[in-house]
Amino acid sequence: MNSAAMLPQAADYMRLLPEIVLTVFGMIVMVLDAAAEGRGKGRGEDRRIEKTLGAVALIGALAALAATFIQAQYPGFAFWNMVQVDSFSVFFHFLVAAVTAVVILTSFEYMEVQQIRAGEYYALILFGAVGMSLMSSAVELVLVFVALEISSISTYVLAGFRRRSATSSESSVKYFLLGSFATAFFLYGVALMFGATGSTSIATIGDVLRSGQIPLLAYAGVALMFVGLAFKVAAAPFHVWTPDVYEGAPSPVVGFMSTAPKAAVFAVLLRIMFEAHAPGRVGLIWVVAALSMTIGNLGALVQDNIKRLLAYSSIAHAGYLLVAFAALPDNGIPAAMFYTASYAAMNVGAFAVVSHFGSAGERYVTLEDYAGLGRRSPLLAATLTIFLLSLIGIPITGGFFAKFYVFSAALQANLVGLVIIGVLNSAVGAYYYLRIIVVMYMREPQQEVPVARIPIGLGFALAISLVATIYLGVLPGRVLEYASRTATAWSH
Amino acid sequence: MTTALDNAILSLVTFVPLAGGILLLLFPRRDRDIRVFALVVTLLDFVLSLHLPVHLARTQAGFQFEVNRRWISNPNIHYHMGVDGISMWLVVLTTFLTPLCVLISWKSIHDRTKEFFILLLVLETALIGVFTALDLFLFYFFWEATLIPMALLIGMYGHGRKVYAAVKFFLYTMIASMFMLAGILWLYAKTGTFDFVSVQAAIRSGQVEGFATAAPWLFLGFFIAFAVKVPLFPFHTWLPDAHVEAPTAGSVLLAGVLLKMGTYGMLRFNLGLFPDQSRSNAWWVMILALIGVIYGALVAMVQPNLKKLIAYSSISHLGFVVLGIFSFTQAGLDGATFVMLAHGVSTGALFMLAGILYERRHTYEIADFGGLATPMPIYATFFLFVTLASVGLPLLNGFIGEFLVLSGAFRDRAVYGVLGATGVIWSACYLLWMYQRVFFGKVTHQVNLTLPDLDGRERAALWPTAIVALVMGVAPLVWLNAIDPAVQSALSPFTILASKVVGR
Repeated sequence: MNSAAMLPQAADYMRLLPEIVLTVFGMIVMVLDAAAEGRGKGRGEDRRIEKTLGAVALIGALAALAATFIQAQYPGFAFWNMVQVDSFSVFFHFLVAAVTAVVILTSFEYMEVQQIRAGEYYALILFGAVGMSLMSSAVELVLVFVALEISSISTYVLAGFRRRSATSSESSVKYFLLGSFATAFFLYGVALMFGATGSTSIATIGDVLRSGQIPLLAYAGVALMFVGLAFKVAAAPFHVWTPDVYEGAPSPVVGFMSTAPKAAVFAVLLRIMFEAHAPGRVGLIWVVAALSMTIGNLGALVQDNIKRLLAYSSIAHAGYLLVAFAALPDNGIPAAMFYTASYAAMNVGAFAVVSHFGSAGERYVTLEDYAGLGRRSPLLAATLTIFLLSLIGIPITGGFFAKFYVFSAALQANLVGLVIIGVLNSAVGAYYYLRIIVVMYMREPQQEVPVARIPIGLGFALAISLVATIYLGVLPGRVLEYASRTATAWSH
Repeated sequence: MTTALDNAILSLVTFVPLAGGILLLLFPRRDRDIRVFALVVTLLDFVLSLHLPVHLARTQAGFQFEVNRRWISNPNIHYHMGVDGISMWLVVLTTFLTPLCVLISWKSIHDRTKEFFILLLVLETALIGVFTALDLFLFYFFWEATLIPMALLIGMYGHGRKVYAAVKFFLYTMIASMFMLAGILWLYAKTGTFDFVSVQAAIRSGQVEGFATAAPWLFLGFFIAFAVKVPLFPFHTWLPDAHVEAPTAGSVLLAGVLLKMGTYGMLRFNLGLFPDQSRSNAWWVMILALIGVIYGALVAMVQPNLKKLIAYSSISHLGFVVLGIFSFTQAGLDGATFVMLAHGVSTGALFMLAGILYERRHTYEIADFGGLATPMPIYATFFLFVTLASVGLPLLNGFIGEFLVLSGAFRDRAVYGVLGATGVIWSACYLLWMYQRVFFGKVTHQVNLTLPDLDGRERAALWPTAIVALVMGVAPLVWLNAIDPAVQSALSPFTILASKVVGR
């Protein structure tokens, strides 16, 4: 590196292109929103403005998706080694942008039905996506922290967006308080790590920890960082906020925050655990994974509210995913990446159905309300069924291969006990997902629950998630192969 | 020879129903069109499947009509399909029964018709796939795939406690098949392939590391999954519930084909992959099979419910099949395969007959009937014919299979044969007694006097089963000379001298 490296190069900006695109579009949405304020004459006009804002946001997400491909042409470090573009970061950028686009598609109708002012909403989603994208390419812990905060703050606000509902405000406040507490843990961990290794760069930390004695402080640093991140992915025992927050937050937002930020945090966790060569990894992960799977599945068994049920299910899935972190890097990393992708596809799809079906005020979110859905809206019910089968892990859905890769990676690392716990948990999990299917198809409804026609945006959102879920289940090879490149690159 | 067709035929037979189901999705909800279309698709599939017995090289052991392409590289999964003389007939049995199921559901299903026929077609694909798959992963996939449409058929279109029955059915089989999945994954981890033929070869040549210690568990893992499906005593409790609550078409396929998945699995995988374990575990399997034969028959005898009676008779008959398989004799296995086919045809017919009665009277209670021979003479004749076939009257299809199984069991150990033979007597008792209570005597309920006899559609559904039952009884060699070489190669690892049944 010569002195010219002091100034950012053009390639540096290319390596940050998706984030730049997202930010620009987020700002455009905000400016347009402000400019349109008060201009609308009556409900119809307002609605048109909001539709326009949504469309701009959607274009932003799609542009970010396209930018991911451009970014992929410039692998390497940027901005004084704080950002690294590699196949790993591109994978997660793609995932976050795709989820963002699908969530925006889901939100069009939702905003209208719930009568929520949409301007800041779309901007916040795009800004959140900036943080999430940045998390996967940040290789410097302070930048990771900044990215984490960008993503978290927008999700805190998004959680409270159903302003008329008390549960939504509760959800937002709870998420904010506990979330800030958790990020503080993370920051503390970063500080200790710096004390132990003299660096905040993940690669340097890895080099230090790989060579010679591991200072005791590093263990503490890893543990504290892990606490902060485990909170964000809703892993037990840091999961307590999840059901309440998911229940109160708007459904498309739950679809968003249970997939995109989670994927990003898992990306950070992968870098810290494998690239930074975190000490004490296997033991730590073993306990948290086993707890998450068990608590998540047992908790879900007794839920009657779909959103709470899916909240516990997401705790369980965080557990399955963490199993991959205890495995060896060669197959653990690709397994974890595959899992995040297929979980994102099926979960964002499931929440799209939930948000459509909830109708005004999210009135219909109990299991009881789903009775007879198979008759009233066969298409919606069939789609949800496929997502649920994927969550169970039935073959030819993405969920099957996700579990398959994770468990076989764990078996190759001789973690037989953890795999047994995982398989038993999958059997328990099958029960509560099936309950939803049974209710939809085999129970007669107790009350008249209206089902609106499927609007075009939601139709696209469902189609994309469905195709992705099935694609990952029928031809998982290419995605896994792509994910495997990372493992090879990191094991230098 | 049309080699192109030979290569494609299994994929065609397997996936034509699925394609039909997908097309059906696009249909408008005009029930009549949907029914006609489903009938056409299933008939087309039946005609296609006839290519198999016509072109199968009968003297040749091993799999035919094979396709083997790589599907997924990691894990190493192949799209490998093929049939031998055993699985081929089970495929034909499936394609034979499904159009009859469409006919029998013509009127009884009038609510959510589209979904019903889509599920039926998907189920057919899954069932055929189970018998044609030669890749363990593919097999497992089809195996699980049968579960969902069947459970939905029971739960959505059944009667009474349908949800309970559907969930029980699903959980029982799903949990049991997890043991099989564990076994399959173990084999994959050690051999690096899911391919049945390669895995079998690796085991036989002793290349699989740690196989000796794992084999007992592997045998059990596969066995439990299959035993629940058969169902073998004491895993049978889901069956009566599922049958009683299922719609007629569901019962027909459940008894006719789904149960055979279990016995087929034992034959192909337990015997094929773990011959030594099969031998050493045979004694308790035989005992369970015998308990099934006798217990099923005794319980059938006291059932007040027509459908439950047939359900328990299935447990008894499938006990015969297991008895034959684990006798490790040529006669026993030939017979077991033949009983599978014969039972599929005659029990399928019995369930259709029961369903026809239910459509008219909305009850299965035997006590609600009596003297039906007077108002419904044609129905009574069909019923008698099928009952006699099921009892095992010589010259009808039940006899050959049971005879062969018993002769195999005798050769294995005389006491098995003696006890098994009582099952034949029991089955005559409960079936004929049931027949007497339903059809003879005075008409005790006035409503029964006005019951209409079979209409053309119902006769069209029943005639094929009656004809096949007769042909199978008169000319069993048509079936057996394809089964025999397949059985012989299945038995090759067993030391017992295989006696030829079919003179060639």
